[in-house]
Amino acid sequence: MIKNIPDFTISPRIDQVGIEERASRFTKRSIKNETKINGLKLALNMIDLTTLEGKDTDGKVMQLCYKAKHLHDSYPGLPTVAAVCVYPSMVGVAKKALGDSGVKVASVATAFPSGQSTRDIKLRDTKFAVSQGADEIDMVISRGKFHQGEYNFVFDEIAAIKQACGNARLKVILETGELGSYDKVRKASDIAMYAGADFIKTSTGKISPAATMPVTLVMLEAIRDFYYKTGKKIAMKPAGGISKAKLALHYLVMLNEVLGEEWMNNEWFRFGASSLANDILMQLMKQKTGVYQSADYFSND
Amino acid sequence: MAKKNNTLKLKFDSSRNLAPAPESKSVAKIAERYELFINGKFEKPSSKKYFDTINPATEEKLSSIAEANNADVNKAVVAARNAYEKGWKKTSPKERAKYIYRIARIIQEKARELAVIETLDGGKPIRESRDFDVPTAANHFFYYAGWADKLEYAFPNRNPQPLGVAGQIIPWNFPLLMAAWKIAPALATGNTVVLKPAETTSLTALKLAEIIQEADLPPGVVNIITGAGATGAALVNHNDINKIAFTGSTDVGKIIQKAIAGTNKKATLELGGKAANIIFDDAPLDQAVEGVINGIFFNQGHVCCAGSRLFVQESVYKIVLQKLKDRMESLILGDPLDKNTDIGAINSKQQLEVINKYLKIGQQEGAEMFQSSCAIPKKGFYCRPTIFTNVAQSNRIAQEEIFGPVLSIQTFRTEDEVIEKANNTPFGLSAGVWTDKGSKIFNMTSKLRAGVIWANTYNKFDPTSPFGGYKESGFGREGGLHGLSAYLKM
Repeated sequence: MIKNIPDFTISPRIDQVGIEERASRFTKRSIKNETKINGLKLALNMIDLTTLEGKDTDGKVMQLCYKAKHLHDSYPGLPTVAAVCVYPSMVGVAKKALGDSGVKVASVATAFPSGQSTRDIKLRDTKFAVSQGADEIDMVISRGKFHQGEYNFVFDEIAAIKQACGNARLKVILETGELGSYDKVRKASDIAMYAGADFIKTSTGKISPAATMPVTLVMLEAIRDFYYKTGKKIAMKPAGGISKAKLALHYLVMLNEVLGEEWMNNEWFRFGASSLANDILMQLMKQKTGVYQSADYFSND
Repeated sequence: MAKKNNTLKLKFDSSRNLAPAPESKSVAKIAERYELFINGKFEKPSSKKYFDTINPATEEKLSSIAEANNADVNKAVVAARNAYEKGWKKTSPKERAKYIYRIARIIQEKARELAVIETLDGGKPIRESRDFDVPTAANHFFYYAGWADKLEYAFPNRNPQPLGVAGQIIPWNFPLLMAAWKIAPALATGNTVVLKPAETTSLTALKLAEIIQEADLPPGVVNIITGAGATGAALVNHNDINKIAFTGSTDVGKIIQKAIAGTNKKATLELGGKAANIIFDDAPLDQAVEGVINGIFFNQGHVCCAGSRLFVQESVYKIVLQKLKDRMESLILGDPLDKNTDIGAINSKQQLEVINKYLKIGQQEGAEMFQSSCAIPKKGFYCRPTIFTNVAQSNRIAQEEIFGPVLSIQTFRTEDEVIEKANNTPFGLSAGVWTDKGSKIFNMTSKLRAGVIWANTYNKFDPTSPFGGYKESGFGREGGLHGLSAYLKM
């Protein structure tokens, strides 16, 4: 356990103009040639390939899992994605389909996406997903309680879910699109990390805006400050709204310049995305062949 | 489990080792030799002398530049006087505006070429010349073009009239932008101009001369003569100049003021600075650190309003220092033409020697020096981003303008203390305040003796905003309405 838990009512301040300016500066980096290819492959390897729909079926999840293992077999040497992210009821299917491929199964839990349920149900939701074999749990925080100023409630809930996770790594979704300011994003990040999060994650993907670069930057800086205070590394997952390879590279530049190279792998950084993989594949093929191929040449699962 | 805090260190090597992404040099058309731009034509200097201009990043020669002597300066002033008397002062303000708009638009059209030449000649990163210098220069022309036919409204009932011939001398840190700052308001108010760029960075001013030719400005309205200090002195001392506008060092500013004492020449001087950048403990610290980086490492610190003295409230000193060092490690130093370069080349060998002298002085004074660990290119003039801690007000590195990527850091305890320290300098050009508290900002801005004060940001420029200093940082304002009045009799 971490000692010296700070007073979350006075978390560090974020200047909106400043953070947005800094975030846009990363987009000015020009990523070329081998740096680009390495970056694109790394981004592929950091993807949590996601399907979170009411109409998800076993068939859909199995297809997605195949895609996770075989992104584009005509391009030899490509990595797999990091994980497949599904609802708890699909964890068993995904686990079986992924087998020993090394691709992890992540499951959303805790009355995703709203989190409007009781502690008991959230815990059972989590335990069910873990019992089905989930390697990672993506929980949502209680945004209502957070806005009410009940930070202890939010903290305790995260801590309880962390306990229920057992060996599974816990991703805490702040749903930044509902928090309203960068100051609150910072506060929620601090609460989540001190309460035991292994990852902090921007969004469910169900609310707009989802991940943005400034929001992610606020969270990366919170991770850095937490690391210096406690010595504990926390992973980051922006999710939703990242569908283009170029934007993914901007995120990697930002990660590299804020947290450094130790975070530049899928243990410490993930992209929550469904359509990003194909755009990266398209860019990789372009780098290899010199021409763009139609979207029809990349599988949609 | 948790390691000891003092052993933690983030690693940034890979963030600096990006594949090269150089901007193409092919857009830059640089002639082998440049003459003097007098009376609308390029003329050989009567001095018959030329000097070399080099690329400070590679030390390769770029071009030969004509050196104007007294006779050449006289020719330029006579041309400007003729143009003023015979045409320009009678030209309708609307017509004047058209010419200025035209110049602005041609600058925009040639933005890429101008940016590349600015970077080749001066050493600044292409990211800055592309995103800051050139667009801001165009904006100044656009802005003042708009004022040309509205002077009666800018200064109601005061019958604003042009002064006559303006002699303008500009520095090497923002060559094209400074030329725009000087020429645009002078033309808008109906004056004619003789402009001398700095000897190490004449190229974009001469490119601007070509643009002025292309814009079909009447001959003699703008004359651009090149040369070093002697040429500048000849311009200042010429009898037929009505106004001197100078941007540069405080030492030269003093010489100019002496030289024009007892004459009718009006003057605006924009001189050196040693700005205080002040971080309170309630500030948004990461953004404040970014502001410090922009404040001192923008254009390699070759900025008269650079935030070269950092004051940090003692309760957040350690954390600010750590953030600052981490941020410095992710700065990319190298080829200025590379789009990823944050810190380019020092403008000249001479300036690099000045900076290195101060690095020695700082260490001898007992201050602790930290430099980022980036590699330095073998050729060219470079200086690593540098900070000094354990600095006192009595240190020379805290008192004198270094004009390089060198920051001195002091701590403070109370608001009164930092106001006293910040004002305890012969300079007074700019300052920065970082706090989350609005009332503190207003208290600080009313007590700091500086011409420009930024709150929760730094080094922001806009044509609509006046710029200029107190005390040894000079007098007169450039930009905005104030910038017009410096070129008008009222």
